[in-house]
Amino acid sequence: MEITRRDMLSVGGKLLMIASVGATFEQITGAEPPSDAYRMADHWWGMIIDIDKCIGCGNCVRACSNENQVPKDYFRTWVERYEVPEGYVNPRVSSPQGAINGFPPSKQTSLKSFFVPKLCNQCADSPCVQVCPVGATFVSPDGVVLVDKEYCLGCRYCVQACPYGCRYLHPATETVDKCTLCYHRITQGLTTACCENCPTGARQLVDFKDPKDPVHEFLRNNKVTVLKPNMATQAKVYYKNLDGSVR
Amino acid sequence: MEKFLRDSGHLIRPAIVLLAALGLFMVIRGAVVPKGFGQYGHFRPGALADIRQHPIVYAGQATCVLCHDEEGKVRASGKHAHVACEICHGPLAKHADDPAANIPKLPVVATLCARCHEKDTAKPKTFPQVVTAEHSGGMACNDCHKPHNPRL
Amino acid sequence: MIPGVDGFMYPNEVELQWSVLIVLYPFVTGLVAGAFILASLERVFKVEAVRPTYRLALLTALAFLLVAPLPLQLHLGHPERSFEMYTTPHSSSAMAMFGFVYLWYLTVVLLLEIWLEYRSDIVRLAQSSKGFLRLVYRALTLGSMNLSPEARMIDDKVGYAVTVIGIPSAFLLHGYVGFIFGSIKANPWWSTPLMPIVFLFSAMVSGIAAVLLLYMASMKLKKTPIDMRCVDTIAKYLFYTFVIDFTLEILDLIHRTYESDESFRSLDFMVHTRLWYSHVVLQIGLGTLIPLALLAANQLWKFSELKRRVMYVTACSLTMIGIFAMRWNVVIGGQLFSKSFLGYTTYKVDLVTREGLLAAIALMLLPFVIFFVLVKLLPPWQESEAHKA
Repeated sequence: MEITRRDMLSVGGKLLMIASVGATFEQITGAEPPSDAYRMADHWWGMIIDIDKCIGCGNCVRACSNENQVPKDYFRTWVERYEVPEGYVNPRVSSPQGAINGFPPSKQTSLKSFFVPKLCNQCADSPCVQVCPVGATFVSPDGVVLVDKEYCLGCRYCVQACPYGCRYLHPATETVDKCTLCYHRITQGLTTACCENCPTGARQLVDFKDPKDPVHEFLRNNKVTVLKPNMATQAKVYYKNLDGSVR
Repeated sequence: MEKFLRDSGHLIRPAIVLLAALGLFMVIRGAVVPKGFGQYGHFRPGALADIRQHPIVYAGQATCVLCHDEEGKVRASGKHAHVACEICHGPLAKHADDPAANIPKLPVVATLCARCHEKDTAKPKTFPQVVTAEHSGGMACNDCHKPHNPRL
Repeated sequence: MIPGVDGFMYPNEVELQWSVLIVLYPFVTGLVAGAFILASLERVFKVEAVRPTYRLALLTALAFLLVAPLPLQLHLGHPERSFEMYTTPHSSSAMAMFGFVYLWYLTVVLLLEIWLEYRSDIVRLAQSSKGFLRLVYRALTLGSMNLSPEARMIDDKVGYAVTVIGIPSAFLLHGYVGFIFGSIKANPWWSTPLMPIVFLFSAMVSGIAAVLLLYMASMKLKKTPIDMRCVDTIAKYLFYTFVIDFTLEILDLIHRTYESDESFRSLDFMVHTRLWYSHVVLQIGLGTLIPLALLAANQLWKFSELKRRVMYVTACSLTMIGIFAMRWNVVIGGQLFSKSFLGYTTYKVDLVTREGLLAAIALMLLPFVIFFVLVKLLPPWQESEAHKA
């Protein structure tokens, strides 16, 4: 059976038609825009943390765990205690169960010691979003890095790519989970569970797009840094008076 | 030319198989890609709504003082002014939604106060902290300090 | 204290995310790339001596390529969603782009080349076989029975072109896997521009060794004499490739030790403790130095055929173990240390879970089963026998 030019054209044409019909299916239906008062374009969320105020009580870790049903032994936020020795070499760091029940008494033998609360840094140039193969994790238009648990494959590439160790695989859903900056709260005018429950105000939710937000004064008047600035992730969690020994 | 086409004619067959597979893929793709994907970025926009629908567990102190404004006033005049209600009383959004049906339990003083106020070298020096074993001679913290305004 | 943890790790780092299955995956794709490069030695670079292994190498590549996605599927939390990589690929993700590289390589390179190479056999078998097999062969002909000498010549020319395209495609296939690791700035054990090249050359080493072993095993099973000229040539190219691979790995080591950046002390300690057996003893000692010595000896001195066969089998087997160890050290090693550089965790391999040892062993055996079926379906030796006739 020989193929003629005519056969080639007719088959090719049919295939092209099928392909173009299939490709247009996607354009016909669109998403409904959210119909409420919260406009994503008006906000750019972050957090400020004052190391001098943190008392290591672990309320934030407990509150987050309650608010978001965080599975046991996994942490959307946690607190680390640093005990920097004389000679300023490797600090002794501990985070017993993420400090969900606070800390046992510190030893007296160090040069200095302090607490560092940590969470997802909501990076604007996020390496975790960059590596997601399907678009299950993303930066929302209002600056929060979120995971779509209906879409996540559970490949854990993002867990490997996060320099801060803030992601984990949720054992029940088998998708990746992490701090959402309590997106369900902040879009309704509430603050995050961790900030709400911090007794000293060490943690504060901030909105960079709000001209009245205390973040502008905070950044202007204090020496601040982000964690691992060399990673150039454009992290949006700023620490005041963070010691150089912090990893 | 005719001869060339005849000798290479079999090559069109794998090409057809490939194109057919490609066509099938495009059709399936059109059906399977979520609505609106790519609208705000490379993600499913429905995810934003899904995440926003998560239930609220902590009501927030602004909600508590709507009913409990007396306690709120007492607290505002003391050192615990910035200590939110739910830090000690636990998550209470359920209570705020239906107060009679969800009555919160009082916190256990013995463990609660020490968690913040037990003396520790890692805590900031200016933060009020005591060695509880030596401080109260066995008495409960709230025998002397009223929690809403702990000033003696 | 957390069991298995020394020092401090970020709380979510204690559990390893990528298991032995993710070790298996670059090992298997590496074998594909390596086997294909060996095949291209004959087709493109006209190293006629290795002709007896040409078809064998192609079938080896196909058997391993078909198995390659399986460890990934078992590893995923939601394998039923893996099609999303094709329908909504994220163009900034090396993993997503790899899906297309894989498909390209499978269809346009490997399957097409095998079809073109085997077409005359397929048509012949379609006419001579009976029953179900006849249907299979008829399907494989794709409807064309044209075996005229001119058509065969066009097959040859197109096959040559496909192999030429196939060489950079094979480089892309496995280089990409290296890039998946090498582009992760968060992990200093992985993050280096050398990673794709190291992966590629170690892939070539393991692939060539695999084909050599399969060829010798096949000849043994068929009770056919081994073409020693072919085997000697393969061993020679294996040696050259191994020298390059070893040089690259030593370069990485020297570079790290010399620069001694913030991660070095932590990584150095890890290699000396948790990775001692897998890295120093298995990968470097047994898996690289001994095979190199055996192969180098054969370049310097002439040994008897029996001695050469023993040395080649030993060298190739140790090489495959060593390259597997290399994948282990990269994937597992990269997760054993804390990104705070203050602690280490332990990897406990499960036995019967989805990502456990039994699954890994089954997936390692599966390509050989597929290879056996392919060899029965598309015999690689009839062509060379036809040549003799």
